[in-house]
Amino acid sequence: MVKEEREIANRPDNTAFTQQRLPAWQPMLSAGIVIPGFVLIGLAFIGIGVALFVTSRSIQVMELDYTGVENSSPCFRCSDPDVKNCMCQLDFSIPSLFEGPVFFYYGLSNYFQNYRRYGVSKDDDQLSGDLDSFTSPSDTCAPYEFDGNNKPIVPCGSVANSMFNDTFKLYQIINGTRKQVPFDGKGIAWWTDYNVKYRNPSVTPLRNAFNGTVKPLFWPRPAYELDTSDPANNGFINQDFLVWMRRAALPDFRKLYRRITEGDYARGLPAGDYSLEIAYNYPVLSFDGRKKVVLSNVSWMGGKNEFLGIAYLVIGSMCIVMSIVMLIVYAKFKFPEEE
Amino acid sequence: MGSVSSYFGQLCGKEQKGEEERHLRANDRPFNLSYHYANNAIKTSKYNIFTFLPLNLFEQFRRLANAYFLFLMILQVIPQVSSLSWFTTAVPLFLVLSITAVKDANDDINRHKSDKQVNNRMVDVLVDGQLKKEKWMSVQVGDIIKLENNEFVTADLLLLSSSEPLNLVYVETAELDGETNLKVKQALTVTGELGDNIDALAAFNGEVRCEPPNNRLDKFKGILSLSEQTYALDNDKVLLRGCTLRNTEWCFGLVIFGGPDTKLMQNSGKTTFKRTSIDHLMNVLVLCIFGFLASMCTVLAIGNAIWEFKEGSVFTAFLPREQGVDAGLSSFLTFWSYVIVLNTVVPISLYVSVEIIRLGNSFFIDWDRKMYYPKSDTPAQARTTTLNEELGQIKYIFSDKTGTLTQNIMTFNKCSINGKAYGELFDFAGQRVEITEKTEKVDFSWNRLADPKFDFHDHSLVETVKEGNLEAQAFFRLLALCHTVMPEEKKEGELHYQAQSPDEGALVTAARNFGFVFRQRTPESITVMEMGRQVVYELLAVLDFNNVRKRMSVIVRSPEGKLTLFCKGADTIIYERLHPSCNKLMEVTTKHLNEYAGEGLRTLVLAYKDLDESYMDEWKRRHHDASTAMDGREERLDELYEEIEKDLMLLGATAVEDKLQDGVPQTIEQLAKADIKIWVLTGDKQETAENIGYSCNMLREDMKEIFIVAANTAEGVKEELENARRKMCPDSADEPSVVKERAGLFWLQKTETVQDETVHGDYGLIINGHSLAFALEKNLQLELLRTACMCQTVICCRVTPLQKAQVVQLVKKYKQAVTLAIGDGANDVSMIKAAHIGVGISGQEGMQAVLSSDYSFAQFRYLQRLLLVHGRWSYLRMCKFLRYFFYKNFTFTFVHFWYAFFCGFSAQTVYDEWFITVYNLVYTALPVLGMSIFDQDVNDRWSFQYPQLYTPGQLNMYFSKKAFVRCMMHSCYSSLILFFIPWAAIYDTVRDDGKDIADYQSFALLAQTCLLFVVSIQLCLDTHYWTAVNQFFIWGSLAAYFAVTFTMYSNGMFFIFTSAFPFIGTARNSLNQPNVWLTIFLTSLLCILPVVAFRFILILLRPTINDKVRYKMRKEALPAPTPRKLPRRISTRRSGYAFSHSQGYGDLVTSRKFLRPLKSRPALFLQTDSPLAQNQPQHYRTIKEEPEGSQSP
Repeated sequence: MVKEEREIANRPDNTAFTQQRLPAWQPMLSAGIVIPGFVLIGLAFIGIGVALFVTSRSIQVMELDYTGVENSSPCFRCSDPDVKNCMCQLDFSIPSLFEGPVFFYYGLSNYFQNYRRYGVSKDDDQLSGDLDSFTSPSDTCAPYEFDGNNKPIVPCGSVANSMFNDTFKLYQIINGTRKQVPFDGKGIAWWTDYNVKYRNPSVTPLRNAFNGTVKPLFWPRPAYELDTSDPANNGFINQDFLVWMRRAALPDFRKLYRRITEGDYARGLPAGDYSLEIAYNYPVLSFDGRKKVVLSNVSWMGGKNEFLGIAYLVIGSMCIVMSIVMLIVYAKFKFPEEE
Repeated sequence: MGSVSSYFGQLCGKEQKGEEERHLRANDRPFNLSYHYANNAIKTSKYNIFTFLPLNLFEQFRRLANAYFLFLMILQVIPQVSSLSWFTTAVPLFLVLSITAVKDANDDINRHKSDKQVNNRMVDVLVDGQLKKEKWMSVQVGDIIKLENNEFVTADLLLLSSSEPLNLVYVETAELDGETNLKVKQALTVTGELGDNIDALAAFNGEVRCEPPNNRLDKFKGILSLSEQTYALDNDKVLLRGCTLRNTEWCFGLVIFGGPDTKLMQNSGKTTFKRTSIDHLMNVLVLCIFGFLASMCTVLAIGNAIWEFKEGSVFTAFLPREQGVDAGLSSFLTFWSYVIVLNTVVPISLYVSVEIIRLGNSFFIDWDRKMYYPKSDTPAQARTTTLNEELGQIKYIFSDKTGTLTQNIMTFNKCSINGKAYGELFDFAGQRVEITEKTEKVDFSWNRLADPKFDFHDHSLVETVKEGNLEAQAFFRLLALCHTVMPEEKKEGELHYQAQSPDEGALVTAARNFGFVFRQRTPESITVMEMGRQVVYELLAVLDFNNVRKRMSVIVRSPEGKLTLFCKGADTIIYERLHPSCNKLMEVTTKHLNEYAGEGLRTLVLAYKDLDESYMDEWKRRHHDASTAMDGREERLDELYEEIEKDLMLLGATAVEDKLQDGVPQTIEQLAKADIKIWVLTGDKQETAENIGYSCNMLREDMKEIFIVAANTAEGVKEELENARRKMCPDSADEPSVVKERAGLFWLQKTETVQDETVHGDYGLIINGHSLAFALEKNLQLELLRTACMCQTVICCRVTPLQKAQVVQLVKKYKQAVTLAIGDGANDVSMIKAAHIGVGISGQEGMQAVLSSDYSFAQFRYLQRLLLVHGRWSYLRMCKFLRYFFYKNFTFTFVHFWYAFFCGFSAQTVYDEWFITVYNLVYTALPVLGMSIFDQDVNDRWSFQYPQLYTPGQLNMYFSKKAFVRCMMHSCYSSLILFFIPWAAIYDTVRDDGKDIADYQSFALLAQTCLLFVVSIQLCLDTHYWTAVNQFFIWGSLAAYFAVTFTMYSNGMFFIFTSAFPFIGTARNSLNQPNVWLTIFLTSLLCILPVVAFRFILILLRPTINDKVRYKMRKEALPAPTPRKLPRRISTRRSGYAFSHSQGYGDLVTSRKFLRPLKSRPALFLQTDSPLAQNQPQHYRTIKEEPEGSQSP
């Protein structure tokens, strides 16, 4: 017996793994699976597509370009870069109830927030309230790291520096009188941005933290005075700042400015005439950019985007067509039974 | 440190200053050491502990891909260019380097171990006047060492003296050249006188001057100077390392070459590094990818220049340019930035993954129980782990014969005595019974001299002999007398035969077991124990064998004074010389002979003739005259032989089986079905080779013609080859159609391919060594190749090891096909090394073939499993892996390319940096490995059922440049979908609470999630064999993706490493949006559905053989394997005759050179001294009583 054991000492183990006999499922692209599969997927896609399309259609959107390129535009006057503190007014009317909650966006086009050098030009440590980074910002912030006097810029970097600073006021014109539509500026940024990613240094008053630093070059006011009306909405957790700092993926983008959720407008903007008062500060014409405001409501699928619905519909019908083609091919060239 | 310097020396091509002459003095270490000759230690390892890290890193960075990634890492630390953090390259590179380093270290440790084992063998060395056991490695040039029987020769030695008369030693050189017969070496008389006198040996101070170390095994030149006399030294006086001492009690030798200088090491030192064709293709592709990368980056750099000029220059309000950077410089920098971003097209983990897959598949070969040979306890072994997929592409197999196709065992299988056939078993109903291992064997215990290893199953023959049947006794008496075998009886009753040909050994052994024991031979007599009675025959003449005579005879006088001529030979020859009275017997015997030949047995016909004294005297006189004649000696002798060898009386016929290994014909049949051509290259005689060709089904009766090329001039060979070709293909062009192409890296390599020509019908070609030598000359080799490739079967006989390699090289060069060489002996080493893949038959004595082989196993039949199952799977898996791997990386990378058009060509990545870092290493590594290790299209039994499944590999169908381009197109499509669907889906859209979702981070997350889903589903589509492991890997990887993503984007990670994980919250905020999931769903299906539809239609329209078999497999169960015992009882015209020894041994046995006069060996053979003593029963000992007696090495 011992001898026998010695003789087979080198015999490989007999396991399913070593002998490559692991139990396995071996699916095959057979007609019974593929053709009905395509039909089912096609039907499902058409179903989803219809739902998406209908939903998307129900979303109301109103876009108003206020760049002021054309002479006729009310903001044409402001588009001259030499004009400071320019205000312009855009009148429009809403034909039927704009269902609420209505979201008020500003939009920029041809604006490359996704340019790599632009995007990296910030200091996450600084923005999370690290005081060391106040005095010595990360060199990724260049060229907005230090000002001419070699004082650190806080918040540093191109992204912060270029923060959008047009402001808007919306009035409903009822019988010739302007009634301001109340804007809700709270909670327009991501919860995580507001609570986790961006934090003010725990210094009170906040302005003391900024001692020895300078405001970004483009900014009219330092970070701790971004919102004069609400002291809590200042510093790095200012909602507008947060929205701006979440840089866009594409050169055409819109960002949430305010929500219209209060008072008479909680259910939406009633039909009627409106007037938009714009403090025109942000220069975009130099690089052929465009500015616009967008009023929109949302659905379960987010903002208006007809692409998804149409894509689902098209692909769903293509699946159906494909399944018919495959069925024909299958009928004609049935699998050869024998060679 | 010596190794380092020598290593770098090798690298720089610097050779050590060549030794011009070796000069040494025996027993004078200080003198010899002054020359700094290498001692006997060998070193095959590459590193030691200190050199490992630098050398290994250096070695690894010589790889293009690794060097490239090092370069990338350097690029990434340049801030102007760095578009990605350094860790995206550093982490994978570090992992890749360390995995390879661990593997290399492990390999080297094994080499250290084997070196150590060899170096620590002990040997007796003469030091300071006495013999001391020393390790092999401490043996120095100039030392005198003592070897004993069956020991390996330690180093290359000058033979000084030996225990045998005339200072002869016998060595087996199987390890060196594969020849198993013993070789004789003879020492100089002057040194032979030293004997084993230690004092004399210690005082020996001869000086040797000889050639420097070289690798020629058959040549040696040197001079021994001893007390002002000089003696010439040649190869006969040198024992080479690797030989084994046999039949020699002891010998002394002077070390001439040690360790690395020995001819063995000089021969085996240069192992060429084999690479598979996929490797070559991969290198070309990687180069193409570099080119492609450069062109992509150029396009993007130009794009950047345009963007900078048109947009960037005006966008400076928000994004001021760096100092001194204008559009031109920016575009230059962008070029490099994009080199970094798009680096993933050059897959860093490709090489490592390929190695892992190959390693996995190698393990499966090692683990395969169906390639394990229990009898010798030898599992199959993948000795090279880098060639697996090439096993699936073999087009030509070059096989040795002896020991590979056959077992190199000749067994006396059947015989026909006086018209009665013996050797088969019949049951009661008269049906033939299959003889298996379990069949009861004939008991030979009545014969104390019987060979216990001899098996015979037919009891009736023993009974016949015992009964005293005269014909049967004469039959075996003939076998015991008519041969050239040398007996050896070291212990009483323990006979060993030294046969020049295994056939003769088998016949004499058969006679021995049936009671006619050939015991002893002198030049004038032969002693035979006939049924226990000692009979001494006087040997009057040996009429030797030659190729024309095809027979041999002996004339003996029995003790009673009866003169008899015993003759054995080829049936056709003997039949012509039979007495007419034998006609009836002849008919019956012919029937038997045909049966034997039909079974592939090697037959001989035996006949005898009684001679009368007077005639014999007269004949002897004439014989003497003829053999001393100055001219026409040969002819006169032949005439004399012819004269006496007539009117013979037929005794019967023998059938010896050159035992094929199990399953050889079936294997060959299977391989032929897989369209693999098998060429047999053997050192054997033509007849033997032909015989084996028939018995293993390579040559068949139904072949249209079998051409034999055996001319002795170049013209003759050319003519015969051309004739053969014309016959097979009358309208073939005179000149071969050679396609010249360029291939390889930079298309530097020129290739010439001879096109296959189609021939109708099967032909065979047999070519002998002489003709082959001519045919391999430059002007004829194409002719040879053309003709040979038209034939179904090619057998080259009488081939030297060098010619074997040349034939392989020829096919390799002009067919561009993958070749495999399989052999067992050292004479196959050259061919094993020359072929793309070398296979060694292991578990036998010689290990040389195995040591230089890439794969080894114990039986030829395992070859079909190695190729048709493991090879096919490996190739399939590797190709699937490569196709998928390129697909996944291109898809991954191309998305960046499309994004460039939307981000101002700023080298902004689409995905999160962490995703880029771990995409190849974590998220997609295991599933693809799982597929490439476990996947099988059909299981092994179906693979055997349909050997045609093998052909796609030979045609490179699964992966080629074309397939690569297809991969790229597919990736291009997928990446377009992967970029533009998310792009369109998030364009101007927002979350369901109106907040931002079109931001960069959400987009990145969306794009990378889509990508991961698409490549995972694509993998599922490619996987044919879903084991639990595959499932686990795929689902695990997806789960890991989400787990890792949520972790990396979590608050905790952000608090700890604030700047490293800026994507905080992205996963939470976007993956809860229905439109994100709808986008992922849409993207995945849009990428996958067209592939499904395409594949489905392709299967319907153009099903491949795999599709068909897979379909069949689903439909029906595997047909039970048909019992394949071939009834090869076809009648045959040919003669199965076979002698396999060469002419001239007859002279040898009657001369004194090979005979050791018994007197001179008193020490060992006391009891055999007196022939009378052998008759005393008490001296007989059976083998059983003496267990220590079995001396087999």
